Amino acid sequence: MQLSRDELKRAYTSMYAIRAFEERVEKEFADGTIPGFAHVYLGQEASGVGVCFDLTDEDQIGSTHRGHGHCIAKGCEIEGMFLEIMGRDGGICGGKGGSMHIADMDKGMLGANAIVGGSPPIAVGAALTQKLRGTDRVAVAFSGDGASNQGTTLEAMNMAVILKVPMIFVFENNGYGEFTASEYSVGAPSLSDRAAAFGMPAQCVDGGDFFAVHAAMREALAHVRAGKGPYTLETRCSRFLGHFVGDPQKYRSPEELAQARANDPIQRFRDKVTTAALLDISELDEIEQQIRARVEAAAAAARAAPMPALETLETDVYVTY
Amino acid sequence: MARISYRKAVNQALDQEMTRDASVILMGIDVGGGSGGSGDVGSVGGVMGVTKGLYPKYGPNRVIDTPISESAIIGAAAGAAVTGMRPVAELMFVDFIGVCLDQIYNQAAKFRYMFGGKARTPLVIRTMGGAGMRAGAQHSQNLHPILTMIPGLKVVMPSNPYDAKGLLIRAIRDDDPVVFLESKALYDMKGEVPEEAYEIPFGEANFLRDGGDATIVAFGAMVPRAMQAADRLAKDGIRVTVIDPRTTSPLDEEAILDSVDETGRLVVVDESPPRCSLAADVAALVASQAFDALKAPVGMVTCPHTPVPFAPNLEDAYMPSAEKIEAAVRKTL
Repeated sequence: MQLSRDELKRAYTSMYAIRAFEERVEKEFADGTIPGFAHVYLGQEASGVGVCFDLTDEDQIGSTHRGHGHCIAKGCEIEGMFLEIMGRDGGICGGKGGSMHIADMDKGMLGANAIVGGSPPIAVGAALTQKLRGTDRVAVAFSGDGASNQGTTLEAMNMAVILKVPMIFVFENNGYGEFTASEYSVGAPSLSDRAAAFGMPAQCVDGGDFFAVHAAMREALAHVRAGKGPYTLETRCSRFLGHFVGDPQKYRSPEELAQARANDPIQRFRDKVTTAALLDISELDEIEQQIRARVEAAAAAARAAPMPALETLETDVYVTY
Repeated sequence: MARISYRKAVNQALDQEMTRDASVILMGIDVGGGSGGSGDVGSVGGVMGVTKGLYPKYGPNRVIDTPISESAIIGAAAGAAVTGMRPVAELMFVDFIGVCLDQIYNQAAKFRYMFGGKARTPLVIRTMGGAGMRAGAQHSQNLHPILTMIPGLKVVMPSNPYDAKGLLIRAIRDDDPVVFLESKALYDMKGEVPEEAYEIPFGEANFLRDGGDATIVAFGAMVPRAMQAADRLAKDGIRVTVIDPRTTSPLDEEAILDSVDETGRLVVVDESPPRCSLAADVAALVASQAFDALKAPVGMVTCPHTPVPFAPNLEDAYMPSAEKIEAAVRKTL
């Protein structure tokens, strides 16, 4: 399906926001302004944006430890995200979640999740809610190749099939679960092949190509919204950096790293839309400039923001206690 | 007021809440009663028959038979709860919590805090625990101490039919995740239970008996045993107060401290190995906050630091008994 110029701009804005945000995270991490760990989504932008492009705030996603891109693709504000991952007052979760626990219920973002395989069962429940309410909304569980081997994920796939819930399992196969290659850790030709064994349709697409991901997601959405049960989508992605910011990646060859960078979803999107004369280079550049300015301002504001008040240490454990 | 069993009291609470609120759903292994077979679905209602009759009344969308996939059951219930339903998930035996604990303590219990207070997770996990059924080491534990130490969870241990109904109704209406730990040894216990729905608040202990010589604090299935011990002691003119906290999280600390202030003597009865048990927890509470009131060391009647044994004589020896409770109280006098 042909996207309109506005839709293409929206897609590029979202993808480039992830790129600029994550590059800034890299820098901030090096500067010591981000406590703890940071797992960035660089190289996978087309996957998250392609999957979330047709979702609304009422559709829900569960994410992973590498969740910043999913948050942005789902509409979370980058200002609140910077505050959150720097552990500041006013963060999207009040500074109590951090990089691996960003959630925004109003945007249908049910949480990044620091437990590998944590999200799929929760997303089954979110999809069950939609089914029982008779809506046409869906739930998406993002997982990586690492989580594809967790029992929780496999339990969730079976449960989703037998309950016939409107859910899409998205496996972003970036080739590595932490330091171990999926080539080694996944005992099947592909992650999407497993879906058939659970009784659901699947596709495996080039996760570096926004248009391929988006087209596959449209088919997935049509399937689940027709009440036919869950669907699996594997997106083959490049992970530009290591598992975490600062990972020297000794387990990957220099050739492989160069190749990963060459498969750049941002550049591929630019090439595609300019070659087809759908958008001008100047339009794309303008989007980039606006985003760069916004990211710069948001990061600077977060650096200057106060820490959460100490009184919040013991709040929001319970609704009532 | 009708005399009904603990099992029936739980069933009645589920039934009445499902009628009241369409967002209340049940899910778990065989809670409907064996879907997909050639016989009648709904003729069973869980392995102990607690949910019997609910499938025929509410149908497969609200009484959901699941695969034997505890992580998916609890995780899906948590996901449904955080998106607006009020699921009551059944974890058949609390012993099975090992395979799904992540979804309880890393997910459901932490949503609200991690997400800056923006999530509500009105999830109830019904499960059963306790020894005495000759069920062996993997079907007899009582894992409330593990659950009680988790911030974000509430833990309920009903000791009689009246409390079972009122506390479960409270749990279903609560906006936080609650583990409702039923005692399988008490399912056939009968008691007076009002027909209409009622709530028992969390964190409010029940005083079953007042006496000035000592305080017994007992949890769940240990409450009837504590009462037996109190009867035996009364024959010798020893009057004890018996407190059932009803919930271990929140814990009614004030009730315990006030009572120890009056009696100066405390025995805690907990069906659990001793280390990091509720007995140790309550003893520490009193030692740190009411030390001056104590006239004798705190007595702790617990199980030994062993798995639950199978042989009937060993299992009986494993359990706190009325005799052991009585002896512990006498030791404080």
